[in-house]
Amino acid sequence: MTTKRPKSIRRWTLPVVEPGGGARQLGIDTAEVDHVVCLAGNPNTGKSTVFNALTGLHQHVGNWPGKTVARAEGGFEYDGKKYKLVDLPGTYSLLSASTDEEIARDFILFGQPDCTIIVVDATVLERNLNLVLQILAITDKAVVCLNLMDEARRKDIEVDHERLTADLGIPVVPTVARTAHGMPELIAAVAVVASGAIKTKPRRVRASGVAADAVEELATIIEETYSGLPNARWVALRVLEGDKKVEDAIKNGELAELAQATGTA
Amino acid sequence: MSTTAAPPGADRILDIAEQLRRRLDYSFRDQIVEAIYADAHAIADAAVRHVRPAGPTWDERIDRIITSRIWGFPIMLVGLATVLWLTIIGANYPSQAIAFVLFRVEDLAAGLFDFLGMPWWVTGFLWHGVWRGLAWVVAVMLPPMAIFFPMFTILENLGYLPRVAFNMDWLFKKVGAHGKQALTMSMGFGCNAAGVIACRVIDSPRERLIAILTNNFVPCNGRFPTLIMLAVVFVAASAPPALASLAAAGSVVAVVLIGILFTLIVSWLLSRTVLRGEASSFTLELPPYRRPNIGQIFYTSLIDRTLFVLWRAVVMAAPAGGVIWLLSNISVGGHSLTNSISGFLDPFGMMLGLDGVILLAYIIAIPANEIVVPTIIMAYMGAGRMLELDSLSALQALLVGEHGWTLLTAVCLMLFSLLHNPCSTTIWTMYKETGSKKWTALGALMPLTIAFIVTFTVAQIVRLLS
Repeated sequence: MTTKRPKSIRRWTLPVVEPGGGARQLGIDTAEVDHVVCLAGNPNTGKSTVFNALTGLHQHVGNWPGKTVARAEGGFEYDGKKYKLVDLPGTYSLLSASTDEEIARDFILFGQPDCTIIVVDATVLERNLNLVLQILAITDKAVVCLNLMDEARRKDIEVDHERLTADLGIPVVPTVARTAHGMPELIAAVAVVASGAIKTKPRRVRASGVAADAVEELATIIEETYSGLPNARWVALRVLEGDKKVEDAIKNGELAELAQATGTA
Repeated sequence: MSTTAAPPGADRILDIAEQLRRRLDYSFRDQIVEAIYADAHAIADAAVRHVRPAGPTWDERIDRIITSRIWGFPIMLVGLATVLWLTIIGANYPSQAIAFVLFRVEDLAAGLFDFLGMPWWVTGFLWHGVWRGLAWVVAVMLPPMAIFFPMFTILENLGYLPRVAFNMDWLFKKVGAHGKQALTMSMGFGCNAAGVIACRVIDSPRERLIAILTNNFVPCNGRFPTLIMLAVVFVAASAPPALASLAAAGSVVAVVLIGILFTLIVSWLLSRTVLRGEASSFTLELPPYRRPNIGQIFYTSLIDRTLFVLWRAVVMAAPAGGVIWLLSNISVGGHSLTNSISGFLDPFGMMLGLDGVILLAYIIAIPANEIVVPTIIMAYMGAGRMLELDSLSALQALLVGEHGWTLLTAVCLMLFSLLHNPCSTTIWTMYKETGSKKWTALGALMPLTIAFIVTFTVAQIVRLLS
């Protein structure tokens, strides 16, 4: 196997894709998948619509926040690879202890998805970015699906997705999931991130002050202990907050396994 | 997964974390959150160019009316009445057509069985029992559902449900429940089991339980046909023909309002007694109005909802039809079992403004509320076969003429149908969602008790006054 240097995200351009070409919807046939991909995002940003557009399934879409209460799974095939797609419940953040947020956070951390598609509402970008930044603290492998571009246009809101790509350090794909606009580009972006063909440089929030120093100090030790762990700073933060689940993961060696898995991937 | 021992260094990390934690105060989390917000603000600032038009958007203008103090409630009521009215006038003719075809099939098949020399009880059980049950359920339920569900789904996809929640928020807060209960209640109109599952959107366990326990007080689609049929046969029949369907829709709206009233009263009682506590506040985002996707609506409303509910009803109705036929045709001491049991239940039924057959039908219909009316009709018709019941006037003749139903019977039956115990699917869903036998039992028995009390009171008062 030849090792190819991954392309840097800053020079990353959208692959040219024929509209509708390449991807095959697999419905719920998710046997023997090559990559696991999950969908995260604020409530009511169109996650279920993206899910349906990618898998060809008919997950119930309703226009009210909090509708997806159970985890839905489906699959699609692209470029000879099979992908399993997991629809996570919509959350505004990953910081609180509500059930939805725990499900989403645990999946992104322990489920080790090969790519997390973060669906954001282009009309209220700033609020959605709070969640994007929290997810990027946990995982490197993410793509932003800049959805509802039609509504943004209607409201005279212009979003510079190239600028976003540069600032966030991960691919940002503008879409209108309801009409499947941008879905081929989204799949292509997911494919290159999941396979590691491009290396993302996710934006990591750095706080300042006493809190930041404490996080930094602990993160350094965690990094020493678990080389290869992509989210030492986030783990440090969780431990300092007294997150039982993360503490347990340290105690029972689950975190060590995670570090090993990502380190060798 | 194998449980590995704590790796070297794990204890050290936790020790250091413990030491570091002592240096931090409670503003720790705020500092982190502030950093995230500041960063998000900076990124968004750089990427978004807002060319905001002067004045409010049309979304905001519509919301100002739809969620206004003055117009919010009237618009909801008119909307509900319109949906029900369209359902009533739209469902009548297809219902008759389906009934006509399916009962003709019963006649032909029974004739064929007789011709082939099948024993009478095989023909009876299969065609006058199981098939008749099925035919009733399909004829009574399919048309209203095929009209109601698409309209409900359109409203849902437009984004109207959160506005309903917004309008009713203060009511639920006043009774100590969660504002999102208005959302789960709305889902209950489709199916109470779905409504109970939707209660997961409520984070606080106390308020979630209140929402689960009271979801049953809004009539689900299985019960709407019962309500609509009673409204058409008894209320519409006594109104002038031009206003008949409006009167029917109006009376169903009244029943729905009574259901919402009970939701609020019982929520209030629960939050003052076994589920004491304060209403928690929450932010409800009003999503933008979105153009519904036609294909999506047809799929969701017809496949996911209509066919799903109909299939469940069919599965439940087939055995119920069989049971009714057996009860009507097995005689002990010269009386059929139907007659014996309903005779035994009769005094009790009369106290509630109902009769023994209606109670028997409710017992048989515990698996699925939607088959109550078909069961009542089958029980009344008993072994007496070949009564063509493909029109509402025939139904009226059977109920009023032969079995002495009055307006009181209809009103009490509507109230009983609205308030009584949830169907077995909903009870099972309650158990899965709460994980508690105690709460499930309360969720099943409390509505039943309330139904008994309310119908008893109504029946006694009306009889005293007349």
